[in-house]
Amino acid sequence: MQRIGVFVCHCGTNIAGTVDVVAVAEALKNEPGVVHSAEYQYMCSQAGQDLIKAAIKEHNLSGIVVCSCSPRMHEATFRKTAAAAGLNPYMVEIANIREQCSWIHKDMASGTEKAIILGKAAIAKVNLNTPLTPGESPVTKRALVIGGGIAGIQTALDIADAGFPVDIVETKPTIGGKMAQLDKTFPTLDCAACILTPKMVDVAQNEKIRIFSYSEVVDVRGFVGNFDVTIKKRARYVKEDICTGCGLCTEKCPQKKVPNEFNLGMDNRRAIYIPFAQAVPKVATIDADYCTMLKTGKCGVCAKVCTAGAIDYEAKDEFIEEKYGAVVVATGFNPISMDKFDEFAYNQSKDVITSLEFERLTNAAGPTAGKLLRPSDGEHPHTIVFVQCVGSRCEACAEKGKEYCSKICCMYTAKHAMLTRDKYPDTDVYVFYIDVRTPGKAFDEFYRRAVEEYGVHYIKGMVGKVSPEGNKLKVQASDLIAGKQLHIDADLVVLAAAIEPDKSARGLATMLTASMDTNDFFTEAHPKLRPVESPTAGVFLSGTCQGPKDIPETVSQAGAAASKVIGLLCKDKLTGNPCVAQSDEMMCNGCSSCERVCPYGAITYSDKEFRMPDRTTKIRRVASVNPAVCQGCGACTVACPSGAMDLNGFKNNQIMAEVDAICKM
Amino acid sequence: MQDVTNFKPLIVAFCCNWCSYAGADLAGSNRLAYPADVKIIRVPCSCRVNPMFILRAFQRGADGVIICGCHPGDCHYTSGNYYARRRMSLLFSMLDYLGIERDRTRVEWVSAAEGAKFAATMNDFVEKVTALGPNKRLEDLRCKK
Amino acid sequence: MQEVMRDKLVAKAKELLTGGVVTRVLGWKRGEFCYDLTPGIFKSADELDKEFDFGDFAAPNLSKYLIDETRKEDGKVAVFMKPCDTYSFNQLLTEHRIDREKVYVIGVPCEGMIDNKKLSAAADGIKNVAVDYENVVVETLWDGNVTVPRESVLAERCLNCKSKKHVALDELVGYEDEITECNRFDEVARLEAMTPEERFEFWQGELSRCIRCNACRDVCPACTCEKCVFDNPSSGVESKAPSDSFEEKMFHIIRAFHVTGRCTDCGECSRVCPQNIPLHLLNRKFIKDINELWGEYQAGAEVGSRAPLVNYTFDDMEPSEAVERGDKNA
Repeated sequence: MQRIGVFVCHCGTNIAGTVDVVAVAEALKNEPGVVHSAEYQYMCSQAGQDLIKAAIKEHNLSGIVVCSCSPRMHEATFRKTAAAAGLNPYMVEIANIREQCSWIHKDMASGTEKAIILGKAAIAKVNLNTPLTPGESPVTKRALVIGGGIAGIQTALDIADAGFPVDIVETKPTIGGKMAQLDKTFPTLDCAACILTPKMVDVAQNEKIRIFSYSEVVDVRGFVGNFDVTIKKRARYVKEDICTGCGLCTEKCPQKKVPNEFNLGMDNRRAIYIPFAQAVPKVATIDADYCTMLKTGKCGVCAKVCTAGAIDYEAKDEFIEEKYGAVVVATGFNPISMDKFDEFAYNQSKDVITSLEFERLTNAAGPTAGKLLRPSDGEHPHTIVFVQCVGSRCEACAEKGKEYCSKICCMYTAKHAMLTRDKYPDTDVYVFYIDVRTPGKAFDEFYRRAVEEYGVHYIKGMVGKVSPEGNKLKVQASDLIAGKQLHIDADLVVLAAAIEPDKSARGLATMLTASMDTNDFFTEAHPKLRPVESPTAGVFLSGTCQGPKDIPETVSQAGAAASKVIGLLCKDKLTGNPCVAQSDEMMCNGCSSCERVCPYGAITYSDKEFRMPDRTTKIRRVASVNPAVCQGCGACTVACPSGAMDLNGFKNNQIMAEVDAICKM
Repeated sequence: MQDVTNFKPLIVAFCCNWCSYAGADLAGSNRLAYPADVKIIRVPCSCRVNPMFILRAFQRGADGVIICGCHPGDCHYTSGNYYARRRMSLLFSMLDYLGIERDRTRVEWVSAAEGAKFAATMNDFVEKVTALGPNKRLEDLRCKK
Repeated sequence: MQEVMRDKLVAKAKELLTGGVVTRVLGWKRGEFCYDLTPGIFKSADELDKEFDFGDFAAPNLSKYLIDETRKEDGKVAVFMKPCDTYSFNQLLTEHRIDREKVYVIGVPCEGMIDNKKLSAAADGIKNVAVDYENVVVETLWDGNVTVPRESVLAERCLNCKSKKHVALDELVGYEDEITECNRFDEVARLEAMTPEERFEFWQGELSRCIRCNACRDVCPACTCEKCVFDNPSSGVESKAPSDSFEEKMFHIIRAFHVTGRCTDCGECSRVCPQNIPLHLLNRKFIKDINELWGEYQAGAEVGSRAPLVNYTFDDMEPSEAVERGDKNA
């Protein structure tokens, strides 16, 4: 039997105004287990807490019930009070007689009656409470960053800066991500390469950072502080530690007809290649799909010209297993496919391009060496039409496109339009838009400069159809403000394609048991207050994998994620929440229902041997909960038909006792 | 028999800690009244509500049981309320099938910001259950005075 | 009337035993009377010859017995299964209750089993029974031969047979047919169409006959908990016998809820109920709701499928709509 103390708070007149607190304390005195009952002006005050501490010692209490305000307000306070008096903090229950009683009821009689019932329910529960001790688990002081774009780079640099080792896993042969493909950045018009590539070099030179390029995460096990990750390093057929990045092989390779993905297929590269001049790591990679040697065994030119002897045609995929304390997802985005947007003739005409392709066309390292030339005939375009929101802000029912705003298109289109007019004042530039969205520092000023100083024609309205005719693109559009149809003969049409999360994110989310929204963006632990944490402990979010964002936002989120990781890694041990699920192995029948509903992957199964009454042993499959991973939702407890799974702090019999106490009128 | 004309129903409300319980707190902070007949039991998530708790409440004399959780998509544990939604759909449909008045059970999604909705929901629920009168069909006769 | 005869099954069982493929056979054993076949384990040709039986009363679904039998000793167990039994078997595999490697499934075609409660009602003092496609001829102790139409004494679950196809199989004795169209939800729909008062009357009448013998639970292939919540003092719902008008409802609602999405609708609960309570109507209500709310789902149709209650979609129906949906159709 427990020895329970009941403490009824007046909360000034907040409670005492509608609840006869003396009567409540009196009525609860005779409840089972109660050995002490008192009321006081302000239980949460120092004097009130001292009163509780003294009573715990004097009456040798094993549990306390505080009838006061919401547990969301002061449960933590009273738990600390109990702990200070030597009582297990989880032997404290709160009866909420303020928010859910005195404040909503006007009548003293009914308020008092309800307060007594709520007190009885809390007493019934605390009678079944057991002392709980939070578990501890060690922390592996190493972080994994998945994705080597600007988000991953910044996160890795910040974590490494705090002294923790970081590994970056990047699927491409080089880090750099989408930002490496950009020409200038809005609204300051810095050159993307000028600000990104030094950071890439920092990463390469940082002793705390390892880069696994051309690699992917294939398996994640474990939990916060203790992730076991398997990384697949794809065979690049070039020894990374020997290749000097001289690039001779990439000039001599006879296979010249490989679409260059870095320039979005607008020119070709060789079968052995370095994606771009500033690649990190700067080593060559053989594209096994195109290499004649790997396909037919006849060629070997690259091996012959490589003076370092770095080529290795026999290379195999390698699997690396490593332990991490924290995982940062920075898988980034891609523009959506334009295949479903036939009205813009993207697949019919080479001169209809996406904005990312436009970036490459204006980039000095791009397929045209920075000259703005039409992809079809290499002529200088005189009339350029930019189409906004291609696939963004679509109707929910639409089969193509996304419901959300891609956020960055308004600004980069303003940049494209401005730069075009700046370099080529002889061009006419039209931008068709639904709205121009410019929330951001110096964003609106930037857009207005495009309109006012550079004379870009901004037209509110959507392009209905683009039809290639001869060497022109007939653009049919509506001008909603003038209320008329427009027909423009354009030389180049640029589509601001919506962005979507990288396809690899879905599989990764499953491995990490991290949740995603319907658009496959990772969900945050809390949209406002925990924006860089995933609901899965130890998994953090950086950059556009969480939602569309521009570079400054990405970098600040990357830094925020890093600071959360640092906060985790600088702990030697993690203290868990003891209110977690627990499996009674004697009752578990191993059906896996609980495992299937667990949002955190906290439940695992193992075969265990049990002694039977007849002295034989029986092997049974039983569930066990990893208390470091479990968050205590209780979904498993209801999925479990035998009741083998129960939740500490909210046990079946505790809730049932509360029900009984409330209903026993 | 209870006095039907002056009938005060007994309502058990299971509220998830993160949204609905906080919504109830907000209703309190804003002094939005609802009948004292409603007694709230705090659970971590609507998915913690076992059908046994609901039946137990009815067995012990509750006249109505309401489960409140975060709005779909807002679950603190990401998916708990989705499971709760499915479970309660089946359970309540079964109670209806057994001839139990369907207004005695309800699921309502109330966010931490919806104090007004919490109070309005409780007022409405109490009104509906009061109209039904005492829960005779599902009551455990042993527990009556 | 079964197409495949007992002798054929005995021959198959002997072949597997002597060939060393299995160390024991789970089948049906002759009982006191011709109609009370019970599950039995056979370890030798001799035992098979003496006690094995199969026919129109081989109703017991043997899948549940595999849980214990496969754990008792090493070696494989051969088991005979009618098509509907294989669904339960698959469901148990899904729930990791049985090691598939330890079982050799012999599929037996089924023409429908006779309900001995119906037969006893039709003919008193049953001594012997002869069955053909049309009729059942009962040799009675005191009324001579009584002939009843076969359909009138077929088990309810067989009249509404959902499948003549084995969904798990190592070997088939005889023929196999397809998943059948059936009207098994008609009775549920009839109840749904009643007023709440009528439904309450109906279930009050049925469930109040419950004597809490637990036969439904003990025979149910989905009820495989190590310890049932109703036997567990710490569950808070422990109870031995109904002591009021609610407890039997509590028991049956919770039992049905616990097997929701796992119940294959094998009908064993109703078959064994000594009080003739149509318990399958509770399970079928859940199955019908599942099918209507979240799409057709047949537990046990495939191993490893995700049961509806451990699954969800973002746009599932709200409980209030789910309960009221019947009204809109009406």
